[in-house]
Amino acid sequence: MSAVIHDTDHHHDDHGPAYGWKRWLFTTNHKDIGTLYLFFSLTMFFVGGLMALVIRTELFQPGLQIVDPHFFNQMTSMHALVMIFGAVMPAFVGLANWLVPMMVGAPDMALPRMNNWSFWILPFAFTLLLLTLFLPGGGPAAGWTLYPPLSLQTGAAFPFAIFAIHLLGISSVMGAINIIATIFNLRAPGMTLMKMPLFVWTWLITAYLLIAVMPVLAGAVTMLLTDKFFGTTFFSATGGGDPVMYQHIFWFFGHPEVYIMILPAFGIISQIIPTFSRKPLFGYSSMVYATASIAFLSFIVWAHHMFTVGMPLAGQLFFMFSTMLIAVPTGVKVFNWIATMWRGSLTFETPMLFAIAFVILFTIGGFSGVMLAITPADIQYHDTYFVVAHFHYVLVPGAVFAIIAGVYYWLPKWTGHMYDEKLGKAHFWLSTIFVNVLFFPQHFVGLAGMPRRIPDYSLQFIEFNQISTIGAFGFGFSQLLFLYLVIKCVRGGEKATSQVWEGAEGLEWTLPSPAPYHSFETQPEVK
Amino acid sequence: MPDLTNLLENLDMRPFTTRAAACIGILFGATGTAHADWAVNMSRGVTPISRDVYDLHMLIFWICVMIGVVVFGLIFWSILRHRKSRGAVAAQFHESTTAEIAWTVVPFLILVGMSVPAAKTLVEMEDSAGSDLTITVTGYQWMWHYEYVGEDVDFYSKLSTPRTAIANIDAKDEDYLLAVDNRLVVPVGKKIRFQHTSDDVIHSWWVPALSVKKDAIPGYINTNWARIDEPGVYRGKCAELCGRGHGFMPVVVEALPQDEFQQWLEEKKAEQQAAAGDGADRLASVNGQ
Repeated sequence: MSAVIHDTDHHHDDHGPAYGWKRWLFTTNHKDIGTLYLFFSLTMFFVGGLMALVIRTELFQPGLQIVDPHFFNQMTSMHALVMIFGAVMPAFVGLANWLVPMMVGAPDMALPRMNNWSFWILPFAFTLLLLTLFLPGGGPAAGWTLYPPLSLQTGAAFPFAIFAIHLLGISSVMGAINIIATIFNLRAPGMTLMKMPLFVWTWLITAYLLIAVMPVLAGAVTMLLTDKFFGTTFFSATGGGDPVMYQHIFWFFGHPEVYIMILPAFGIISQIIPTFSRKPLFGYSSMVYATASIAFLSFIVWAHHMFTVGMPLAGQLFFMFSTMLIAVPTGVKVFNWIATMWRGSLTFETPMLFAIAFVILFTIGGFSGVMLAITPADIQYHDTYFVVAHFHYVLVPGAVFAIIAGVYYWLPKWTGHMYDEKLGKAHFWLSTIFVNVLFFPQHFVGLAGMPRRIPDYSLQFIEFNQISTIGAFGFGFSQLLFLYLVIKCVRGGEKATSQVWEGAEGLEWTLPSPAPYHSFETQPEVK
Repeated sequence: MPDLTNLLENLDMRPFTTRAAACIGILFGATGTAHADWAVNMSRGVTPISRDVYDLHMLIFWICVMIGVVVFGLIFWSILRHRKSRGAVAAQFHESTTAEIAWTVVPFLILVGMSVPAAKTLVEMEDSAGSDLTITVTGYQWMWHYEYVGEDVDFYSKLSTPRTAIANIDAKDEDYLLAVDNRLVVPVGKKIRFQHTSDDVIHSWWVPALSVKKDAIPGYINTNWARIDEPGVYRGKCAELCGRGHGFMPVVVEALPQDEFQQWLEEKKAEQQAAAGDGADRLASVNGQ
């Protein structure tokens, strides 16, 4: 993709942001809302991280040490809900808010007031969700998947948690509508679809996934609600319903949801690797097609989460084969990234370090994914720490590393200052070492037979659990360094140039750093 | 199921320094536990199916390792040789249809190769016809119930690890959280068909050595099977989150030679008939009051 700019004339001084709290509460500006999303996400990352540390502390030794098993179950359930809906998804929406208008040459998002609303729903939704921990009976403790009949045993928290999930769904759908409207209506002249940066492409496809599946989740949890309070029996066999049907509906949402959390990460990595390889992205169009293929496949693989619930042989074979197919477009992406690096002129600034770690560690998560797709072997892996290790590899050194890489990459554009490169590298090495100390041993305990979601374990699992806990504390505390780095960069630092990175290409790098409040008041022309 | 209500009051109150010293000891590999075996892999198990699954697992694992060596090798080669600090100048190639087709088709063929043995094993696993013995396994919060279908034998099986061990008051033995009051006794060399269901929430009955894991779902009956080759005691756990006691409902299967199993079954039958007689008497007297 090549973009040549003809007109970058701006008059951004005449209507800048309001001052004080009103700026943030009433803002309709894509950059302000992006910032809100990103700081909200970082806050939730620490909240969810604290819950993970409670889990890892309890699992440091066999026996029950610090929490009651019921509270432990609340921690595993809430950790997942907070990290998925509070940390990873809002971080991607925040990045989309900041970057999509700048990348397609637009002044702002297409629907600015809805943008404000879709963000401000989130703090309320999470206040509601987190407060359930203090209700009688505690918070949701049936896992983030809320399988009935267990989830129907939830106490007073139940309607609050479901209302929170409804709010999160509304927020996500509005965010997705906004992104689609922006991409289709506000592209600069000459910016054809196949010239869009890959981050924009991956987000366009992600937005469609969101619109397709968030209502499915809303439907599933609403049926849970009526089962609990209004006497329906959608998921109860005693009334002619079916507990397995919930799992089918949930995972019809849940599997595309997995790709909602990784496709924008693919987009970020596809922006960063070419910049620091000083070479155009290899196989741009095949990257777009691979993203679309993954999105399509995500709709026909859901029951691979359910190989032990009892399915006809034909069903198990179908879901095994369709799941294995996902390895093909995902492999295409990895090979294209490697071909981009191949014979490039590589430098290793912090964003590139995180991007390379992403490619390697995400691929490890991909390998365990292929293993999990093999149904007979999955019977042994299912619901063990092997699965926990798998999805944390694709989500932490996968999605989270991509988000961190993206923040380092665009932070100079957002703030006008360079971040502290030395500390950034320290943050990278600490994170990468500890994330592996944390999650790699979980493969071993899983294969050796440790089920997930247990507060106490038998004695053959001690050593690896202790290593894992040490890794968890190391990884968690390393992220405080990230917080410090971001704040330091916002406050000051070496002045950033417009292009920031020697090899950076794309419309956002033609804007001054920091980018003006209204990105492109006059549309640039892309050739 | 031990009552866990008061566990919080029975916390391990060893001084922090002792615990810290223990952690440091563990870091250097000096563990004090009897059962430290650093298990890193799936067990081969004791049934034909479990061995097939193990072989399949190792096959896919080694294929992944080989692909990993190539992929990571290319990345590290690039990192080492194509760095700007070594004077590398970027080439400007950015597409190749041949390459794209190659790295679409080759992985696809590898996957087809994997899917053949996988499908074969799956078909065998699902064939529970022609069984010699049927056992109905019912999950409860938080214990298992076993019924030998047609034999008039049934009993509950609950965790027997003492509460004091869980609360760190007494020492933990090597079967910590893996011991039950009544084991499921089965014969070796026979095709045993398991029927799984539940009385409350969803559980999952898992014995790694048999490669048997099936969800126990209220209102459903799921089936699978095992033919155990060697006598022995095989331990497993509930694998599906089922509430507060999820970590505390182990499965223990004891496989006996055929004649010993018959003997056990007869004894159990006699014992249960006697107990049923008592129970009926007691019930009559209760109703009479």
